[in-house]
Amino acid sequence: MKTIQHFLLSISILTLIACDAQDHGPTISLPKTVDYSYEIVADSIDIPWGLSILSSTDFLVTEKAGTLYHVVEGVKTAVKGLPPVYVRGQGGLLDVAHSPDYAKDGLIYFTTSSPLGEEKGGHTALYSAKLENDSLVDTTLLYKGDFNTKKGQHWGSRIAFDSEGHVFFSIGDRGNREVNPQDITRDGGKIYRLNRDGSIPKDNPFTTTENSRKAIYSYGHRNPQGMITHPETGEIWVHEHGPRGGDEINVIKAGKNYGWPLITYGINYSGTPITDITAKDGLEQPLYYWVPSIAPSGMAFSTSGIYPKWKDNLFVGSLRFEYLERLELKNNTVVKREKVLDSIGRVRNVEQGPDGYLYLGVEGKGILKIIPKSY
Amino acid sequence: MKSLSLFLIATFTGLSLFLYQRKPLVQSIIDGEEIYVDFCVQCHMTKGEGVPGAFPPLANSDYLQDIDKSIHAIKFGLKGPITVNGKAYNSVMVSQGLDEEEIADVMNYILRNWGNETDEIITQEKVSSIQK
Repeated sequence: MKTIQHFLLSISILTLIACDAQDHGPTISLPKTVDYSYEIVADSIDIPWGLSILSSTDFLVTEKAGTLYHVVEGVKTAVKGLPPVYVRGQGGLLDVAHSPDYAKDGLIYFTTSSPLGEEKGGHTALYSAKLENDSLVDTTLLYKGDFNTKKGQHWGSRIAFDSEGHVFFSIGDRGNREVNPQDITRDGGKIYRLNRDGSIPKDNPFTTTENSRKAIYSYGHRNPQGMITHPETGEIWVHEHGPRGGDEINVIKAGKNYGWPLITYGINYSGTPITDITAKDGLEQPLYYWVPSIAPSGMAFSTSGIYPKWKDNLFVGSLRFEYLERLELKNNTVVKREKVLDSIGRVRNVEQGPDGYLYLGVEGKGILKIIPKSY
Repeated sequence: MKSLSLFLIATFTGLSLFLYQRKPLVQSIIDGEEIYVDFCVQCHMTKGEGVPGAFPPLANSDYLQDIDKSIHAIKFGLKGPITVNGKAYNSVMVSQGLDEEEIADVMNYILRNWGNETDEIITQEKVSSIQK
Protein backbone atom coordinates (compact mmCIF):
# COMPACT_ATOMS: atom_id res chain seq x y z
CA MET A 1 0.00 0.00 0.00
CA LYS A 2 2.76 2.32 0.98
CA THR A 3 4.53 1.58 -2.32
CA ILE A 4 1.37 2.48 -4.23
CA GLN A 5 1.08 5.70 -2.28
CA HIS A 6 4.67 6.53 -3.06
CA PHE A 7 4.08 5.66 -6.68
CA LEU A 8 0.99 7.90 -6.91
CA LEU A 9 2.80 10.68 -5.11
CA SER A 10 5.70 10.45 -7.56
CA ILE A 11 3.30 10.52 -10.49
CA SER A 12 1.54 13.63 -9.20
CA ILE A 13 4.85 15.34 -8.50
CA LEU A 14 6.06 14.46 -11.99
CA THR A 15 2.81 15.79 -13.46
CA LEU A 16 3.23 19.01 -11.49
CA ILE A 17 6.79 19.40 -12.72
CA ALA A 18 5.70 18.69 -16.30
CA CYS A 19 2.92 21.28 -16.06
CA ASP A 20 5.37 23.72 -14.57
CA ALA A 21 7.77 23.33 -17.45
CA GLN A 22 5.14 23.71 -20.16
CA ASP A 23 2.36 25.77 -18.70
CA HIS A 24 3.90 29.18 -19.15
CA GLY A 25 2.41 30.50 -22.32
CA PRO A 26 2.25 30.12 -26.05
CA THR A 27 5.17 29.21 -28.31
CA ILE A 28 6.39 31.97 -30.54
CA SER A 29 5.12 32.20 -34.12
CA LEU A 30 5.92 34.13 -37.26
CA PRO A 31 3.29 36.55 -38.58
CA LYS A 32 1.05 35.20 -41.39
CA THR A 33 1.32 38.45 -43.30
CA VAL A 34 3.95 41.13 -42.85
CA ASP A 35 2.25 44.48 -43.35
CA TYR A 36 5.05 46.66 -42.05
CA SER A 37 8.59 47.57 -42.94
CA TYR A 38 11.23 49.75 -41.34
CA GLU A 39 13.47 52.69 -42.05
CA ILE A 40 16.75 53.60 -40.37
CA VAL A 41 16.50 57.00 -38.66
CA ALA A 42 20.00 56.98 -37.08
CA ASP A 43 22.71 54.76 -38.55
CA SER A 44 26.08 53.22 -37.64
CA ILE A 45 25.79 52.75 -33.90
CA ASP A 46 27.43 49.59 -32.50
CA ILE A 47 25.34 49.25 -29.34
CA PRO A 48 22.44 51.74 -29.18
CA TRP A 49 21.68 51.02 -25.52
CA GLY A 50 19.29 53.80 -24.56
CA LEU A 51 16.90 55.98 -26.57
CA SER A 52 14.90 59.06 -25.66
CA ILE A 53 12.57 60.27 -28.40
CA LEU A 54 12.00 64.02 -28.04
CA SER A 55 10.13 64.26 -31.36
CA SER A 56 9.97 62.26 -34.60
CA THR A 57 13.15 64.00 -35.80
CA ASP A 58 14.94 64.59 -32.50
CA PHE A 59 16.48 61.75 -30.44
CA LEU A 60 19.03 61.13 -27.75
CA VAL A 61 20.86 57.80 -28.15
CA THR A 62 23.46 56.31 -25.84
CA GLU A 63 26.20 54.21 -27.34
CA LYS A 64 27.43 51.74 -24.75
CA ALA A 65 31.10 52.49 -25.46
CA GLY A 66 30.58 55.94 -23.91
CA THR A 67 29.01 58.39 -26.38
CA LEU A 68 25.71 60.23 -26.02
CA TYR A 69 24.41 61.17 -29.47
CA HIS A 70 21.97 63.95 -30.18
CA VAL A 71 20.35 62.95 -33.47
CA VAL A 72 18.48 65.68 -35.34
CA GLU A 73 16.96 64.71 -38.70
CA GLY A 74 19.33 61.78 -38.99
CA VAL A 75 22.51 63.76 -38.22
CA LYS A 76 24.42 62.52 -35.15
CA THR A 77 26.32 64.89 -32.88
CA ALA A 78 28.28 63.63 -29.86
CA VAL A 79 27.10 65.47 -26.74
CA LYS A 80 29.92 67.01 -24.66
CA GLY A 81 30.34 67.02 -20.90
CA LEU A 82 29.49 63.45 -19.89
CA PRO A 83 30.61 62.36 -16.42
CA PRO A 84 33.13 59.48 -16.27
CA VAL A 85 31.92 56.25 -17.92
CA TYR A 86 33.43 52.92 -16.82
CA VAL A 87 33.40 50.66 -19.87
CA ARG A 88 33.72 47.14 -18.56
CA GLY A 89 32.02 43.91 -19.68
CA GLN A 90 28.31 44.60 -20.02
CA GLY A 91 28.79 48.06 -18.55
CA GLY A 92 29.23 51.45 -20.16
CA LEU A 93 26.90 54.32 -20.97
CA LEU A 94 23.44 52.79 -20.46
CA ASP A 95 19.92 54.23 -20.54
CA VAL A 96 18.66 57.73 -21.32
CA ALA A 97 15.14 59.16 -20.83
CA HIS A 98 13.56 62.58 -20.71
CA SER A 99 11.41 63.92 -17.92
CA PRO A 100 7.62 63.62 -18.40
CA ASP A 101 7.64 67.43 -17.97
CA TYR A 102 10.48 67.94 -20.44
CA ALA A 103 8.77 70.87 -22.15
CA LYS A 104 8.85 72.72 -18.81
CA ASP A 105 11.89 71.39 -16.92
CA GLY A 106 14.18 70.38 -19.84
CA LEU A 107 15.59 67.52 -17.76
CA ILE A 108 17.12 64.36 -19.15
CA TYR A 109 18.03 61.35 -17.01
CA PHE A 110 20.71 58.80 -17.82
CA THR A 111 22.42 55.82 -16.24
CA THR A 112 26.04 54.81 -16.62
CA SER A 113 28.57 52.40 -15.23
CA SER A 114 30.57 54.68 -13.00
CA PRO A 115 34.10 54.43 -11.52
CA LEU A 116 33.36 57.09 -8.85
CA GLY A 117 34.11 56.05 -5.30
CA GLU A 118 36.90 54.65 -3.18
CA GLU A 119 37.12 51.06 -4.34
CA LYS A 120 38.44 49.81 -7.68
CA GLY A 121 35.89 48.88 -10.30
CA GLY A 122 32.51 50.45 -10.79
CA HIS A 123 28.79 50.47 -10.11
CA THR A 124 25.66 51.87 -11.72
CA ALA A 125 24.91 55.58 -11.38
CA LEU A 126 21.85 57.71 -12.23
CA TYR A 127 22.26 61.34 -13.32
CA SER A 128 20.03 64.19 -14.40
CA ALA A 129 21.18 67.02 -16.66
CA LYS A 130 20.03 69.57 -19.20
CA LEU A 131 21.06 69.75 -22.83
CA GLU A 132 22.35 73.09 -24.09
CA ASN A 133 23.99 73.44 -27.50
CA ASP A 134 24.85 69.75 -27.48
CA SER A 135 26.58 69.96 -24.10
CA LEU A 136 25.33 68.67 -20.76
CA VAL A 137 24.83 71.33 -18.11
CA ASP A 138 23.54 71.20 -14.53
CA THR A 139 24.70 67.57 -14.43
CA THR A 140 23.62 66.12 -11.09
CA LEU A 141 24.52 62.73 -9.65
CA LEU A 142 21.24 61.44 -8.19
CA TYR A 143 22.38 57.97 -7.12
CA LYS A 144 25.53 55.88 -7.24
CA GLY A 145 25.51 52.22 -6.26
CA ASP A 146 28.32 50.84 -4.16
CA PHE A 147 30.45 48.98 -3.39
CA ASN A 148 32.38 49.10 -6.65
CA THR A 149 33.47 45.82 -8.18
CA LYS A 150 35.53 44.86 -11.24
CA LYS A 151 32.89 42.32 -12.27
CA GLY A 152 31.61 42.96 -15.77
CA GLN A 153 28.05 41.71 -15.34
CA HIS A 154 24.59 42.92 -14.52
CA TRP A 155 24.44 46.70 -14.22
CA GLY A 156 20.72 47.00 -15.06
CA SER A 157 19.68 49.66 -15.89
CA ARG A 158 16.53 51.15 -17.35
CA ILE A 159 14.75 54.34 -16.30
CA ALA A 160 10.98 54.97 -15.99
CA PHE A 161 8.74 57.67 -14.47
CA ASP A 162 5.36 57.45 -12.77
CA SER A 163 2.77 60.24 -12.70
CA GLU A 164 3.50 61.09 -9.06
CA GLY A 165 6.87 62.73 -9.52
CA HIS A 166 9.09 59.66 -9.06
CA VAL A 167 11.90 58.24 -11.15
CA PHE A 168 12.50 54.47 -11.10
CA PHE A 169 15.67 52.70 -12.24
CA SER A 170 17.24 49.26 -11.93
CA ILE A 171 20.64 47.92 -10.92
CA GLY A 172 21.49 44.27 -11.65
CA ASP A 173 23.17 41.92 -9.16
CA ARG A 174 26.69 43.00 -10.33
CA GLY A 175 27.84 39.41 -10.75
CA ASN A 176 27.47 38.60 -7.04
CA ARG A 177 24.18 36.77 -6.80
CA GLU A 178 24.91 35.08 -3.49
CA VAL A 179 25.31 38.40 -1.71
CA ASN A 180 23.59 41.35 -3.36
CA PRO A 181 20.01 40.64 -4.49
CA GLN A 182 18.64 39.45 -1.14
CA ASP A 183 20.46 42.01 1.03
CA ILE A 184 18.70 45.38 1.29
CA THR A 185 21.70 46.91 3.05
CA ARG A 186 23.64 46.55 -0.23
CA ASP A 187 23.17 47.83 -3.75
CA GLY A 188 22.54 45.58 -6.74
CA GLY A 189 19.67 43.31 -7.73
CA LYS A 190 17.15 46.06 -6.94
CA ILE A 191 14.57 48.40 -8.41
CA TYR A 192 15.03 51.92 -6.98
CA ARG A 193 12.60 54.80 -6.57
CA LEU A 194 13.63 58.42 -6.08
CA ASN A 195 11.93 61.77 -6.33
CA ARG A 196 12.92 63.37 -9.61
CA ASP A 197 15.39 65.66 -7.81
CA GLY A 198 17.16 62.61 -6.36
CA SER A 199 15.77 62.83 -2.83
CA ILE A 200 14.30 59.75 -1.15
CA PRO A 201 10.48 59.59 -1.14
CA LYS A 202 9.22 59.52 2.46
CA ASP A 203 6.96 56.56 1.75
CA ASN A 204 9.63 54.31 0.21
CA PRO A 205 9.21 50.79 1.64
CA PHE A 206 12.49 50.48 3.56
CA THR A 207 12.96 54.02 4.91
CA THR A 208 12.51 52.82 8.49
CA THR A 209 14.56 49.62 8.13
CA GLU A 210 17.93 49.91 9.86
CA ASN A 211 21.00 50.10 7.58
CA SER A 212 18.87 49.62 4.48
CA ARG A 213 19.44 51.49 1.26
CA LYS A 214 16.49 53.85 1.45
CA ALA A 215 16.13 54.21 -2.32
CA ILE A 216 15.25 50.50 -2.73
CA TYR A 217 11.71 49.88 -3.97
CA SER A 218 11.89 46.11 -4.63
CA TYR A 219 14.62 43.47 -4.47
CA GLY A 220 15.60 39.92 -5.49
CA HIS A 221 16.25 40.87 -9.13
CA ARG A 222 18.99 39.51 -11.41
CA ASN A 223 19.50 41.93 -14.27
CA PRO A 224 16.54 44.09 -15.32
CA GLN A 225 17.11 45.69 -18.75
CA GLY A 226 13.51 46.56 -19.56
CA MET A 227 11.22 48.91 -17.64
CA ILE A 228 8.00 50.67 -18.59
CA THR A 229 5.16 52.41 -16.82
CA HIS A 230 1.94 50.59 -17.70
CA PRO A 231 -0.11 53.03 -19.79
CA GLU A 232 -3.39 52.26 -18.00
CA THR A 233 -2.58 51.09 -14.48
CA GLY A 234 0.52 53.24 -13.94
CA GLU A 235 2.35 50.20 -12.48
CA ILE A 236 6.04 49.70 -13.18
CA TRP A 237 6.60 46.67 -15.41
CA VAL A 238 10.09 45.21 -15.62
CA HIS A 239 11.70 42.35 -17.42
CA GLU A 240 14.99 40.81 -16.41
CA HIS A 241 17.54 38.42 -17.84
CA GLY A 242 17.48 34.99 -16.26
CA PRO A 243 20.55 32.76 -16.23
CA ARG A 244 20.15 29.91 -18.78
CA GLY A 245 16.35 30.06 -19.06
CA GLY A 246 14.10 31.98 -16.74
CA ASP A 247 13.97 35.50 -18.16
CA GLU A 248 11.00 37.11 -16.41
CA ILE A 249 8.39 39.85 -16.69
CA ASN A 250 7.57 41.26 -13.25
CA VAL A 251 5.01 43.81 -12.11
CA ILE A 252 6.79 45.79 -9.42
CA LYS A 253 5.17 46.30 -6.02
CA ALA A 254 6.66 48.27 -3.14
CA GLY A 255 8.89 46.28 -0.81
CA LYS A 256 8.42 42.92 -2.53
CA ASN A 257 11.07 40.26 -3.05
CA TYR A 258 11.22 38.83 -6.59
CA GLY A 259 13.20 35.80 -5.52
CA TRP A 260 16.59 35.80 -7.27
CA PRO A 261 18.50 33.53 -6.66
CA LEU A 262 16.27 31.64 -4.17
CA ILE A 263 13.78 30.73 -6.88
CA THR A 264 14.28 30.74 -10.66
CA TYR A 265 13.06 28.99 -13.79
CA GLY A 266 16.64 28.94 -15.09
CA ILE A 267 19.88 27.05 -14.56
CA ASN A 268 23.58 27.96 -14.64
CA TYR A 269 25.29 28.51 -18.01
CA SER A 270 27.20 25.30 -17.33
CA GLY A 271 23.94 23.34 -17.05
CA THR A 272 24.07 22.78 -13.29
CA PRO A 273 21.07 23.77 -11.14
CA ILE A 274 20.92 27.02 -9.14
CA THR A 275 18.03 25.91 -6.93
CA ASP A 276 15.46 23.14 -7.26
CA ILE A 277 12.47 25.37 -6.52
CA THR A 278 10.60 27.83 -8.70
CA ALA A 279 8.17 29.15 -6.08
CA LYS A 280 8.19 29.94 -2.38
CA ASP A 281 5.96 31.78 0.06
CA GLY A 282 6.90 35.42 0.37
CA LEU A 283 8.59 35.50 -3.03
CA GLU A 284 6.82 37.04 -6.02
CA GLN A 285 6.06 35.01 -9.13
CA PRO A 286 6.70 36.53 -12.54
CA LEU A 287 3.80 37.55 -14.77
CA TYR A 288 5.58 35.58 -17.52
CA TYR A 289 8.87 33.75 -17.98
CA TRP A 290 10.85 32.66 -21.01
CA VAL A 291 12.47 29.23 -21.35
CA PRO A 292 14.74 29.22 -23.28
CA SER A 293 16.02 32.71 -22.61
CA ILE A 294 15.47 35.27 -25.34
CA ALA A 295 17.86 37.71 -23.57
CA PRO A 296 15.31 40.52 -23.31
CA SER A 297 16.30 44.16 -23.58
CA GLY A 298 14.02 47.18 -23.90
CA MET A 299 10.26 47.22 -23.38
CA ALA A 300 7.34 49.23 -24.77
CA PHE A 301 3.57 49.18 -25.08
CA SER A 302 1.99 50.18 -28.38
CA THR A 303 -0.88 52.45 -27.37
CA SER A 304 -1.26 54.51 -30.53
CA GLY A 305 -3.56 53.57 -33.42
CA ILE A 306 -0.66 53.50 -35.86
CA TYR A 307 -0.51 49.70 -35.84
CA PRO A 308 -4.21 48.80 -35.31
CA LYS A 309 -3.52 45.06 -34.93
CA TRP A 310 -0.94 45.74 -32.24
CA LYS A 311 -2.95 48.06 -30.02
CA ASP A 312 -2.03 47.62 -26.33
CA ASN A 313 0.45 44.83 -27.10
CA LEU A 314 3.76 44.61 -25.27
CA PHE A 315 7.03 44.68 -27.23
CA VAL A 316 10.36 43.29 -26.02
CA GLY A 317 13.71 43.17 -27.84
CA SER A 318 15.55 39.84 -28.08
CA LEU A 319 19.32 40.06 -28.08
CA ARG A 320 19.80 36.34 -28.42
CA PHE A 321 17.37 35.47 -31.20
CA GLU A 322 17.63 38.83 -32.98
CA TYR A 323 13.99 39.83 -33.33
CA LEU A 324 11.40 42.07 -31.70
CA GLU A 325 8.90 40.05 -29.68
CA ARG A 326 5.23 41.06 -29.71
CA LEU A 327 3.19 39.79 -26.75
CA GLU A 328 -0.60 39.89 -26.61
CA LEU A 329 -1.98 39.95 -23.08
CA LYS A 330 -5.41 39.16 -21.71
CA ASN A 331 -6.06 39.83 -18.02
CA ASN A 332 -2.29 39.98 -17.42
CA THR A 333 -1.69 36.60 -19.08
CA VAL A 334 0.40 36.25 -22.23
CA VAL A 335 -1.88 34.66 -24.86
CA LYS A 336 0.16 35.14 -28.04
CA ARG A 337 3.80 35.69 -28.95
CA GLU A 338 5.05 36.71 -32.36
CA LYS A 339 8.37 37.58 -34.00
CA VAL A 340 8.46 41.02 -35.55
CA LEU A 341 11.39 41.73 -37.93
CA ASP A 342 12.89 38.26 -37.56
CA SER A 343 16.72 38.12 -37.90
CA ILE A 344 16.99 41.93 -37.84
CA GLY A 345 20.00 41.80 -35.47
CA ARG A 346 20.43 42.01 -31.70
CA VAL A 347 17.51 44.17 -30.57
CA ARG A 348 18.83 46.22 -27.65
CA ASN A 349 15.92 48.55 -27.11
CA VAL A 350 12.35 49.41 -28.09
CA GLU A 351 10.44 52.62 -27.37
CA GLN A 352 7.17 54.20 -28.46
CA GLY A 353 7.73 57.77 -29.63
CA PRO A 354 5.47 60.72 -28.89
CA ASP A 355 4.39 60.31 -32.55
CA GLY A 356 3.06 56.82 -31.70
CA TYR A 357 5.59 54.92 -33.82
CA LEU A 358 7.74 52.11 -32.46
CA TYR A 359 11.50 52.67 -32.59
CA LEU A 360 14.13 49.97 -32.12
CA GLY A 361 17.79 50.11 -31.17
CA VAL A 362 19.53 47.35 -33.17
CA GLU A 363 23.20 46.52 -32.60
CA GLY A 364 25.49 47.34 -35.52
CA LYS A 365 22.65 49.19 -37.27
CA GLY A 366 21.30 52.06 -35.18
CA ILE A 367 17.73 53.29 -34.63
CA LEU A 368 14.93 51.79 -36.76
CA LYS A 369 11.37 53.04 -37.11
CA ILE A 370 8.61 50.53 -37.88
CA ILE A 371 6.39 51.73 -40.73
CA PRO A 372 2.98 50.15 -41.33
CA LYS A 373 2.57 49.29 -45.02
CA SER A 374 -1.15 49.31 -45.47
CA TYR A 375 -1.91 52.74 -44.08
CA MET B 1 74.57 57.92 6.07
CA LYS B 2 76.12 55.81 3.37
CA SER B 3 74.67 52.67 4.85
CA LEU B 4 71.23 54.29 4.97
CA SER B 5 71.43 55.13 1.23
CA LEU B 6 72.55 51.61 0.46
CA PHE B 7 69.74 50.29 2.58
CA LEU B 8 67.18 52.46 0.74
CA ILE B 9 68.52 51.49 -2.68
CA ALA B 10 68.42 47.84 -1.74
CA THR B 11 64.89 48.16 -0.40
CA PHE B 12 63.59 49.96 -3.49
CA THR B 13 65.29 47.55 -5.85
CA GLY B 14 63.89 44.61 -3.95
CA LEU B 15 60.44 46.14 -3.86
CA SER B 16 60.38 46.92 -7.58
CA LEU B 17 61.60 43.43 -8.41
CA PHE B 18 58.88 42.04 -6.18
CA LEU B 19 56.18 44.24 -7.70
CA TYR B 20 57.18 43.74 -11.33
CA GLN B 21 57.97 40.08 -11.05
CA ARG B 22 56.17 38.20 -13.77
CA LYS B 23 53.13 36.29 -12.62
CA PRO B 24 53.71 32.52 -12.87
CA LEU B 25 51.94 30.89 -15.82
CA VAL B 26 49.87 28.66 -13.58
CA GLN B 27 48.48 31.68 -11.73
CA SER B 28 47.89 33.52 -15.00
CA ILE B 29 45.79 30.59 -16.30
CA ILE B 30 43.78 30.47 -13.06
CA ASP B 31 43.12 34.22 -13.22
CA GLY B 32 42.36 33.88 -16.92
CA GLU B 33 39.63 31.34 -16.24
CA GLU B 34 37.95 33.79 -13.87
CA ILE B 35 38.06 36.49 -16.54
CA TYR B 36 36.67 34.02 -19.09
CA VAL B 37 33.71 33.13 -16.87
CA ASP B 38 33.00 36.80 -16.17
CA PHE B 39 33.37 38.32 -19.61
CA CYS B 40 33.41 35.72 -22.38
CA VAL B 41 31.25 32.74 -21.50
CA GLN B 42 27.88 34.30 -22.40
CA CYS B 43 28.80 34.26 -26.09
CA HIS B 44 31.68 31.80 -26.45
CA MET B 45 30.09 29.26 -24.07
CA THR B 46 31.52 27.07 -21.33
CA LYS B 47 33.63 24.81 -23.55
CA GLY B 48 34.57 27.51 -26.02
CA GLU B 49 32.17 26.02 -28.55
CA GLY B 50 30.56 29.38 -29.46
CA VAL B 51 27.12 29.66 -31.04
CA PRO B 52 26.79 28.46 -34.66
CA GLY B 53 26.16 31.34 -37.03
CA ALA B 54 26.53 33.99 -34.34
CA PHE B 55 29.63 33.64 -32.15
CA PRO B 56 32.75 31.80 -33.39
CA PRO B 57 34.24 28.89 -31.43
CA LEU B 58 37.42 29.29 -29.41
CA ALA B 59 37.79 25.50 -29.10
CA ASN B 60 40.26 24.09 -31.65
CA SER B 61 40.18 27.49 -33.28
CA ASP B 62 42.44 28.24 -36.24
CA TYR B 63 41.84 31.94 -35.68
CA LEU B 64 43.75 31.77 -32.37
CA GLN B 65 46.91 30.61 -34.14
CA ASP B 66 47.45 34.26 -35.02
CA ILE B 67 48.11 35.41 -31.48
CA ASP B 68 48.63 39.08 -32.34
CA LYS B 69 45.31 39.23 -34.17
CA SER B 70 43.56 37.50 -31.27
CA ILE B 71 44.99 39.91 -28.68
CA HIS B 72 44.02 42.81 -30.94
CA ALA B 73 40.42 41.55 -31.05
CA ILE B 74 40.15 41.35 -27.25
CA LYS B 75 41.92 44.66 -26.69
CA PHE B 76 40.13 46.81 -29.27
CA GLY B 77 37.06 44.79 -30.24
CA LEU B 78 36.29 43.16 -33.57
CA LYS B 79 33.63 43.68 -36.20
CA GLY B 80 33.03 42.71 -39.78
CA PRO B 81 33.30 39.35 -41.55
CA ILE B 82 35.81 36.74 -40.30
CA THR B 83 36.34 33.04 -41.01
CA VAL B 84 36.92 30.57 -38.18
CA ASN B 85 37.53 26.87 -38.91
CA GLY B 86 36.15 27.36 -42.42
CA LYS B 87 32.91 29.01 -41.31
CA ALA B 88 31.95 32.64 -41.87
CA TYR B 89 30.90 34.95 -39.03
CA ASN B 90 29.81 38.57 -39.12
CA SER B 91 29.05 39.80 -35.60
CA VAL B 92 30.32 42.54 -33.36
CA MET B 93 32.54 41.93 -30.33
CA VAL B 94 33.03 45.15 -28.42
CA SER B 95 36.04 45.78 -26.21
CA GLN B 96 35.28 44.46 -22.73
CA GLY B 97 37.46 47.03 -20.97
CA LEU B 98 39.97 44.44 -19.71
CA ASP B 99 43.39 45.70 -18.65
CA GLU B 100 46.57 44.35 -20.24
CA GLU B 101 47.29 41.85 -17.49
CA GLU B 102 43.73 40.50 -17.69
CA ILE B 103 44.02 40.10 -21.46
CA ALA B 104 47.29 38.19 -21.03
CA ASP B 105 45.65 35.94 -18.42
CA VAL B 106 42.60 35.13 -20.50
CA MET B 107 44.76 34.45 -23.55
CA ASN B 108 46.93 32.05 -21.53
CA TYR B 109 43.75 30.28 -20.40
CA ILE B 110 42.12 30.06 -23.83
CA LEU B 111 45.33 28.98 -25.60
CA ARG B 112 45.66 25.96 -23.30
CA ASN B 113 42.08 24.68 -23.30
CA TRP B 114 39.57 22.91 -25.52
CA GLY B 115 42.16 21.49 -27.91
CA ASN B 116 44.22 24.66 -28.32
CA GLU B 117 47.98 24.30 -27.78
CA THR B 118 50.88 26.74 -27.60
CA ASP B 119 54.37 27.11 -26.14
CA GLU B 120 54.06 30.86 -26.03
CA ILE B 121 53.41 32.56 -22.68
CA ILE B 122 51.43 35.75 -23.18
CA THR B 123 52.77 38.56 -21.01
CA GLN B 124 51.44 41.97 -20.13
CA GLU B 125 54.31 43.43 -22.20
CA LYS B 126 53.21 41.42 -25.20
CA VAL B 127 49.64 42.73 -24.88
CA SER B 128 51.02 46.24 -24.43
CA SER B 129 52.96 45.94 -27.70
CA ILE B 130 49.80 45.30 -29.75
CA GLN B 131 48.65 48.64 -31.09
CA LYS B 132 45.50 49.78 -32.85
